[in-house]
Amino acid sequence: MIGGDPTATFRLEAQDLLVQIEEGLLDLSRRPGDRSLIDAVFRGLHTLKGSGAMFGFDALAAFTHHCESAFDKVRKGQAEASADLIAAVLAAQDHMRALAEGREASDAVGQALLERLHQAVEGGGGEPAEPAAPAAPAKSAWIVRFRLPPSALVNGARPLALLDELRELGECTVTALTDGVPPLADLVPTECHLAWEVRLKTEQPRSAIEDVFIFLIDDMTLSIEPELQADAQPQLAAEPAVEAKAEAPPPLAEAKAARVAETVRVPAERLDELMDRVGELVIAQSRLKQIATASTELNLRAVSEEIERLAAELRDTMLVVRMVPISQMFGRFRRLIHDLGRETGKAIEFVTEGESTELDKTVIERLADPLVHLIRNAADHGLEAPEDRVAAGKPETGRITLAARQAGGDVIITISDDGRGVNRARVRAKAEEAGLVAPGATLTDADLLQFIFHPGFSTAKAITSLSGRGVGMDVVKRTIESLRGSIEMTSEADRGSQIALRIPLTLAIIDGLLVRVAGDRYVIPLAAVEECVELSVEQDLRSTGRSLLTLRDRLVPFIRLRELFNTGTPPDPHQKVVVVSTGAERVGLVVDQILGDHQTVIKSLSAFHADVETFSGATILGDGGVALILDMAHLVAAGQHRDAQMRAAG
Amino acid sequence: MAAILTVDDSASIRQAIKIALSGAGHQVTEANDGSDGLAKAGSGGFSLIITDLNMPVMDGLTMIRQLRTRPALAGVPILFLTTESDAEVKAQAKAAGATGWINKPFDPDQLVRIVTKVLAA
Repeated sequence: MIGGDPTATFRLEAQDLLVQIEEGLLDLSRRPGDRSLIDAVFRGLHTLKGSGAMFGFDALAAFTHHCESAFDKVRKGQAEASADLIAAVLAAQDHMRALAEGREASDAVGQALLERLHQAVEGGGGEPAEPAAPAAPAKSAWIVRFRLPPSALVNGARPLALLDELRELGECTVTALTDGVPPLADLVPTECHLAWEVRLKTEQPRSAIEDVFIFLIDDMTLSIEPELQADAQPQLAAEPAVEAKAEAPPPLAEAKAARVAETVRVPAERLDELMDRVGELVIAQSRLKQIATASTELNLRAVSEEIERLAAELRDTMLVVRMVPISQMFGRFRRLIHDLGRETGKAIEFVTEGESTELDKTVIERLADPLVHLIRNAADHGLEAPEDRVAAGKPETGRITLAARQAGGDVIITISDDGRGVNRARVRAKAEEAGLVAPGATLTDADLLQFIFHPGFSTAKAITSLSGRGVGMDVVKRTIESLRGSIEMTSEADRGSQIALRIPLTLAIIDGLLVRVAGDRYVIPLAAVEECVELSVEQDLRSTGRSLLTLRDRLVPFIRLRELFNTGTPPDPHQKVVVVSTGAERVGLVVDQILGDHQTVIKSLSAFHADVETFSGATILGDGGVALILDMAHLVAAGQHRDAQMRAAG
Repeated sequence: MAAILTVDDSASIRQAIKIALSGAGHQVTEANDGSDGLAKAGSGGFSLIITDLNMPVMDGLTMIRQLRTRPALAGVPILFLTTESDAEVKAQAKAAGATGWINKPFDPDQLVRIVTKVLAA
C-alpha cells in the first residue's frame, strides 16, 4: 500500500473502526462494566479522532472527541456505561459515518447528538463527574514563566497545548511576554519569540506543573515559583498510582496478530474483474475442448484436459475468494434490534446462529434490505408487548433468532420469533376484502400464508413507523427470487413464526440445462429443474386451449416457449417438457430439444435490456454462440397467471 | 539513510509516516501493534522507533517498557504519537523510557524535521 493515498486508507479504516465501536457498544449493553470492551470502544474512538484529524477530517475529529471524552470518563470510572450513554454513542455513529465518508452532515444533528451525549454522561453517573478526592487539598498559587527556543514551533512544540494543559490543572491567568519579539524587519514568522507568565491556582503538586513541560524542559527556560501570598505550602503528594493499569497482553495476542497480518484488502471491483476474466477463461477453455475432442492430435487433447482441470480449479478458488462470512451482516442487525427494542418498548433477545456460513459478497449485499424488513416485521408484528407475553405465560423478553446454514449449493437463512404467530382469521379477512379469494373458499394453510407475500397486503391494524405500510413482503419476495432464491413461511399460533430463505451460494456461475427452441439455445438453471418429460403428440394436440399436463395425477400448466418467443417455425416432432419449480409452484416449459447440462458463467444484460423480464442474463457457449438464461421466477409466475386466467375464462 | 520502525494500529497513520519518511530517504518498517513492534524491533537494527500509545493487543507504554529492557535498544530514541494534552500520559511515557512525543495531527514536513533532529542528537 506504499505510495497509495493515506486518505483513502483512512476512509476504509474509519469504516472498520465504526463497526468495531458499534460491536463493542452492543456487547457492552449486554455486559456493562466489562473493562476490555470499554477499552476497545475507547481505543476505537481515539484512533478515529487521531487519524481523522491527521487527514483533514476535522469535523469528524472534533465530533468524535466528545464521544471519546465521554468514554474516557467511563474508562476512568468517573461515569457509567449506562444504556443511555451507549444509545447516545450508537446514535452518533451514523453522524460519524457520514463525516468519515465526507458526506454532508448537518451541524444541527451533530449538536443534538452532542447534547444527548452530554446528558447521558451527566445523568448516567448519578454523582458529579469529578472523582471524589479523599480530602480536598488546599489550593496553592504559582507563577509559571516559560520561554521556548526560537526553533520550538518548527520542531513541533505547541505553546497553546501547553497552556491548555496548565488550564486543566486549575484556574489560570495567562500573560504573554512580548519583550523578546524583534523588530518587524528582523522577525522570522516561523520562530517563536513569545514568552508566557501564568498565574495558576491549583490543588496539584509542583511536579504536576513540571510534567506539563516534561519533554521541553531541556530546551526551554522555565521557572515555577510559589506566589508569595499563597495560602498554603505546595503539597508533595505521591504520583497517582496509574502504573498498575499496564496489563500483560492476553495469551491469544500473538496468534491474533499473525492472523491480521495475513489478510490483504482488495477493492471489490477488482474481484469482479477477476471473476469476469475467469468466466471468459472457462468459455475459451470449453471451445478448446470442443476443438481438441474433434482432433486426432493426442498432445492437444492432453493439454486441453490439463487446462480444463486448471480452469475448473481456478473457478472454484475464485468462488471461494468471493465468499464472505454472513457474520458481517449479522453484526449490523444487532444494532437494528437494539434500536427496535427501544422504539417499540419491547424487550428483545437476538440470537444468531451459523455466523460463519459463507455467501457470495454480492448476494450478501442484496440480502441486507430484505432481512432488515423481515426482522422489523418480527419485532413489530411478531413479538407481543411485554405485558401480553406475561399474560400468555411466556417470558417477558421476546426472542428473534437469525440462523444461517449451508445445504448443498444453497444457504438457508431463517428468521424466527417466539411471538403470537400469524393471525389466520385476519389474513383471511384481509384477503377476502382485497378480493384475492372468494368468501368461504377452502384454502390450505400454506396458500393462506402465501397471501402475506401479495403486493399491498398488510394486516397491521395501525401503521407504525417501523413497518406495516403494506410495502415490503412482496418486495422481499421479489428480491429473494431475483437472487434465484425462494421464501417460505411457517407459523404457529402463540408459538411464533418462521421465515426461511433459500439462497444459492453464488450468483456468478450456475449449473444450467441447455435447451434448444427453434434455432436458438437457452439455459434453464438446473436447480429449478424437477424433471424432463416428452410431450406426446396426443397431449400436444389435446392441450391447445388450456395448456395443462397431467404429471403423476397432478395438473401442471405449461408454456410453449416457441409461442412465447414467436419463432414462427414448426415444432420438432418430439418436443420435451422441462418441469421447473420455484417453491411450491410448478410450470412446464416446452422446448424442442434438451442439449445437456452446461456450466454457465452469467453475464448480466445491459442496462438497455433492464426491463426484459423473461431473461435473467446471458452466457457464452463453447462454440462462441450466445444463450439467454431464462428467469424462472418470472416464467413460473407467468405460467401460473395464465393458468388462472384460463380457469377464470372457463 | 536511517532504519525507522513505526508502530501504529491505524494503517492510514502508518502510511502517512511511511510516505513522509521514505520521501526523506529513510527505510521505514511498519508494525501494527505493540507486540508486533516488539517482534519486529528484535534485538536492534533500528535508529528510531515511532509508536502510538493506544493500540490493541499490546499498548505503546508496555511496548516501550519492554523495549528498554533490551540492552541493544537502550540508546535508541523512541518517539510516541499523541493527541492528548494529558500531562499524565506524557509522564507515564517518559517514565516508560520514551524520548519525546509528536502531536497528532502532524504535518509531514514537520515530522521529517523532528526525526532529523532526533537522529542528529
